[in-house]
Parts: sequence; C-alpha cells; structure tokens
Amino acid sequence: MIGQILFTIILLVGAGYFISNIQKAIRNIKLGKPSHRDDHKEQRLKNMILKAFGQQKMFKRPIPALLHLVVYLGFIIINIEVIEIVIDGIFGTHRILSFMGGFYNFLIGSFEFLATLVIVSVTIFWIRRNILKLLRFQSPEMKGWPKKDANLILYFEMVLMTAFLTMNAADYKLQVLHYGHYYFKQGIVGSFPISKFLYNILPDNPESLVLIERGAWWFHIIGILVFLNYLYFSKHLHILLAFPNTYYAKLPPLAKFENLESVKKEVALMMDPNADPYAMPVEEAEEPDRFGARDVFDLEWVYLLNAYTCTECGRCTDVCPANQTGKKLSPRKIMMDVRDRLEEVGKNIDANGEFVDDGKSLLDYISKEEIWACTTCNACVEECPVENDPLDVIIAVRQYLVMEESAAPSELNMTFTNIENNGAPWQYSQMDRLNWVDED
Amino acid sequence: MSEKIKVRTMAELAAEGKEPEILFWVGCAGSFDDRAKKITKAFAKLLNKANVDFAVLGTEESCTGDPAKRAGNEFLFQMQAATNIEVMNSYNVKKIVTTCPHCYNTFKNEYPDLGGKYEVYHHTELLQSLLQEGKLKVEGGAYKGIDITYHDPCYLGRGNGQYEAPREVLHQLEIDIKEMKHHKENSVCCGAGGAQMFKEAEPQKEEIFVFRTREALETNPKVIATACAFCNTMITDGVKFFNKEQDVKVLDIAEILEQGIKED
Ligand code: SF4
Ligand code: SF4
Repeated sequence: MIGQILFTIILLVGAGYFISNIQKAIRNIKLGKPSHRDDHKEQRLKNMILKAFGQQKMFKRPIPALLHLVVYLGFIIINIEVIEIVIDGIFGTHRILSFMGGFYNFLIGSFEFLATLVIVSVTIFWIRRNILKLLRFQSPEMKGWPKKDANLILYFEMVLMTAFLTMNAADYKLQVLHYGHYYFKQGIVGSFPISKFLYNILPDNPESLVLIERGAWWFHIIGILVFLNYLYFSKHLHILLAFPNTYYAKLPPLAKFENLESVKKEVALMMDPNADPYAMPVEEAEEPDRFGARDVFDLEWVYLLNAYTCTECGRCTDVCPANQTGKKLSPRKIMMDVRDRLEEVGKNIDANGEFVDDGKSLLDYISKEEIWACTTCNACVEECPVENDPLDVIIAVRQYLVMEESAAPSELNMTFTNIENNGAPWQYSQMDRLNWVDED
Repeated sequence: MSEKIKVRTMAELAAEGKEPEILFWVGCAGSFDDRAKKITKAFAKLLNKANVDFAVLGTEESCTGDPAKRAGNEFLFQMQAATNIEVMNSYNVKKIVTTCPHCYNTFKNEYPDLGGKYEVYHHTELLQSLLQEGKLKVEGGAYKGIDITYHDPCYLGRGNGQYEAPREVLHQLEIDIKEMKHHKENSVCCGAGGAQMFKEAEPQKEEIFVFRTREALETNPKVIATACAFCNTMITDGVKFFNKEQDVKVLDIAEILEQGIKED
C-alpha cells in the first residue's frame, strides 16, 4: 500500500514538474514577434509527417539515420510498457495486461529485442562521439555542457534499457520458481527472448530476486520520469518539438525572404509625395517596430521554437561554406545562442515576474564577425533535419545592424551608396547600362 | 563572332506603340562586368536566333536590390523594388527573363508582394523551352569528348529548386555532365552570395571559391559550366588560383549553347 501511495506521488510530481517546464518553454517562445505560418495547412501537415515522424532528412546520411530510427522507435514502443507499469504501480497489481495472452507475450518479446537494439545503437553513437570523434561534434560551441548533455542522454538510454531487461529476467526466474504472486497458473507470462540469457547470472534466492525485480521496476519508471523532466534542459527537447517545428517550418522556395512590413510602410510614405506623415492612425504611430533583431524579443516566435528544437547535431555547420573554410560562423552556434539568450531572459522573468533590462542582448552571444560571414546560400536550412532556419536569424540581426545602428562593414556601406546613387552595386553610371551592345 | 546583336529598348518600342513579348533584364553584372557582358551577348544572340520578341530597359534598368536585402538593408531593397516595379508596370511588362539567379529570385519571389507580379524565367529555363519548341536547334556532337561539370548557383538551385533546366540544355548538346561530389541540393556556394561579392571575407583558412573550385577540378573537367555571372567570376578566380586557366574554361550555359547552335 505504501508503495502504491509513494508511486502515485512520484508520478504526480514528475508529471506536474514536466508540465510546468513545458509551459515555461511555451511562455518563452511566445516572447517572440508574431509569425505568419498558418497558411498551406495540408502541405505543412505533410511536411511534419515526413520530416518529424518519418525523419526524412536524416536519411541523407543513412547510417546515423538508421541508428537514430532504432533508438527513437525503440524508445517510443518500449514506453507502451509504461502504461502497464503505471497501472500496476497505482493499483498494486502485477503484469495487469497479461490477460492478452499470446499478444502480450509477443509485445514483451519484441520490447526485449528493441531494447537490445537500442543498447547497441546507443553504444555506437557513444563511440562515434567519444572515440571516433566525428568532426561535427568537436566544434568550439560543443565544449562543456552540450557535450555532457549528449553523453548523458546516451547513458540514460543504456541504463533504462538495462533496467528493463533486468526486471524481465528476474521476473522470469521468479515465475519459473513459482514464487508468490509472480506465479501465474497459466504458465510463463510474457516472453523473454533476450533476458532469459541473464537467468544463470541472477541469484537463485527468491528474496534477492524480488529485490532485483522491484529495484529494476522502480528504477525504470523513476528513470523515465527523470528523463521526461530532463528534456527541457536538453537538446533532447527535439523529440517533442520537432513536430510543431516542422509544421511551422519555412516552405520552399528557400531563397525567398519575407519583405519587412515595418519597412513597407515607410517606403510607401517616401514614394507617395502626397502622403502626410502625420496622418498615420494613432495606434500605429505608438510604438514603431524595431527593424531587425537585437534580442530574442525581436525575432519571430518560429525562430525561438527553432532554437528549442535544435538537436545540436551540427549538420548545418558541417555543410556551411563559411565554416568549412575556417570562418567563425557556425549556424548551429547561432541556434544555440538564441536558445541560451532565451533561457537567460526566461530566468530573468522567473526571478522578477517580468523582464527587467539586464543590459544584454543577443549581440552579446553572436558576434558581427559571424553575422557578416554568411553567404545566404541556404545550405544549412536545406540540411537541418528538423527544418530550422539559422539563415533568417542571421538576416534579422543584419537588418538590425544596418538599419538601426548603421554598423555594416564599410565596403557594404559603399555598395549601398552605389546602389542608391547609380542603381548598381559598383560605381558605374546608369547611363552606361547599354554599352555592352556595341562593345566588342 | 562580330555579327551585330539586335537589341531594342522598351522606350524605343513604346515610342512606336509596341510592347515586346518579354523583357530581358540584363542585371548589374551583365551590364558592367567585362566577363559577364560576354554572357549577356551570348544570350542576346540566342534570343535573336530564336526570333524572340524581346527588349531591354537599358538606362532605365536599376539594381533589383538583392545585395542590399541580403546585407540587411531592407529599406534600400524596397526602395529599389518600388522604383523598378514602377518602371516595369509603366511598360506593362508581363514576362521577364534574366541571366542572373539573384535578379530572378527577387522578381519571382519578393517583388509580387510589393506590387510587381510577372512571369519570371531564368535564361536557362527559357533556353530549355526554346530548344524544346525547336526554335533553337543544336549541332549534335559539338562537345563530343569534352568533359563538363556543372556548378549549381544557390539562388537558382537550392533556393528555387531549378536543377534541371541548365542540365537539360547541356543534355541537348549531348553533353554527359560529370557531376561534382556535391551537386543539386547539396551544392556548395561559390562564395559570392549574401553580398559577399562586395566585401572582404572574414578571417579564414581559405576562400570559399577555392574550396568550391577544388571540388569542381576533381572531376577533371575541360569546362566548368555555370548559370550565374557571380558564380562565374568566383570560379574563374578559383581556376586561376590553381593555375589551371590554360586547361579549364569557365562558361555560362548560354555561352556553351551559343557555340553549339546550328546556323541556318
Ligand atoms: S546560409 Fe549562411 S550560415 Fe547557412 S550554410 Fe550558408 S553561409 Fe552558412
Ligand atoms: S540547426 Fe538543425 S542542423 Fe543545425 S544543429 Fe540544430 S538541428 Fe542540427
């Protein structure tokens, strides 16, 4: 009975804390400016199914894609077992779903195979990161917490899967020994294709076996709750956010940049000689939009969602021509910077009830050197498995630097002047535009 | 090749009360850059040969604003767009063809929302359909045995999903493209986009054009084909960097087609 109460409390606390963290993430994402991504619902839905559920983009690199799919499916499917664990835990039953008979055996048996595959895949992932030292996991932005985060998750999965198999093995042995309520009249319940190999390693003494079985059972469920609550602090949030993120992702053509609404208004005024600048409706005149992005508040919320969804896989950086030629720009770091700053702002709000100016901005995280190195080639956007758009963030910061601070590199200022004066980025006269026809 | 190119301006035609079927937008590089002007001429000759009813804006043409927009100067971009749209709408322009993927992208994707709605073609797209319709006929085998690779411009390929038109033109010339390791959606930028063309690069190990040209040269080509004047400049610099300018030519799809066309 005490066990049941304890279990229920742990379950409620775990779920409650998880929900409050998710609410916090949603609150933070909503700090962004409005995004207009409610169009093309069908196309977006399809995109979500293909890219998030089907992990289509992962398959550009088949080996990690396959391993990732195993871990993902394995993890989700094995968690069906959690339904049984929860019911057993609350009502003090044992293997309540075993009435399903043959199907139940089939399920437990496949869970065991999957668990083993997950352990194998996760081990390979660990080796790739820590022994083979794949280049994209060694960038400067991966030092410290991001690296620990990635490994921690791998350990988590290994331990959880091992606990699951150990639990089954002890249970199986107890069933064979006809011990207490572990004994089912109908014979062996569940099938244990993998864990039966642990039979001989386990002690023969039923009391110790019960201890092991119970221990692994508690460990498994508490582990899952801890994992759930760890998500918010980790790049692993993508297992949830990949779905909305791919839904709201930029639709092709990728080279299309939105035209800033705030600028449209100003240009309309400039172009129309009859417009009276003072005749603007009052509510619009109130607070002029800042051009571009200085801080997370200035970004559309989609990019804040992008930042939370980023898996820190570094595929974007891997294909970035600026990064590949040794420049400081790394699109992954751009996404991570947005998240770090957003977290900082979130903590600020938690502490003060509302955001209190801390004298910082996104520009304390992202340097101009990074911002100006981008060729806007869209390779990062094309590559990202969760359809993030680091390029749009870069452009938003450029817009701020140019239009609010006039802080473009001097050559670019010259280019702007040329375009303004001669209608070309170089210093040629517009009157010479047709010279090519008669030249040889 | 000193045959005279026939080019009329929109203003001349308007004075005669005429409107051409299509506007050829030459672009800044195409108007002023010595190398790019050759591409412009090759394309104009092809238009002449196919008897396409076209005109240019000439001195009324101005930068689309693409470099300004990519560099964050949205204000300047929208000013340029407004001016250009005013000019084009005053001539009642319906269709545009351009040899520049950046101009192409702004017209196709960014001008409509600002009041400039046109049917927009990249020159490789128009050339492909002229070949298909039989308005241009190729001399088979002109490129036999010549190894050619093709570099996808970002704003045509990945940015607008147009991978096939330039390749199709090359196929018509019976050219078997030797693809680079990274091509189509995985293509690597030449380094010019995003206004990089107009500024020094940030501290780096090497130039992007060197990086990209290395991969192009790995296919052992005689010709590196591309479909953008900026890519052309960058890769030409890359070829010089590797001291290969004697062996490897960098040519636009229009130039390649122009040399392989059947004279009647
Ligand atoms: S768009 Fe910019 S950040 Fe993204 S891959 Fe290209 S150069 Fe790198
Ligand atoms: S932005 Fe996308 S590709 Fe880049 S690290 Fe994040 S998830 Fe990976």
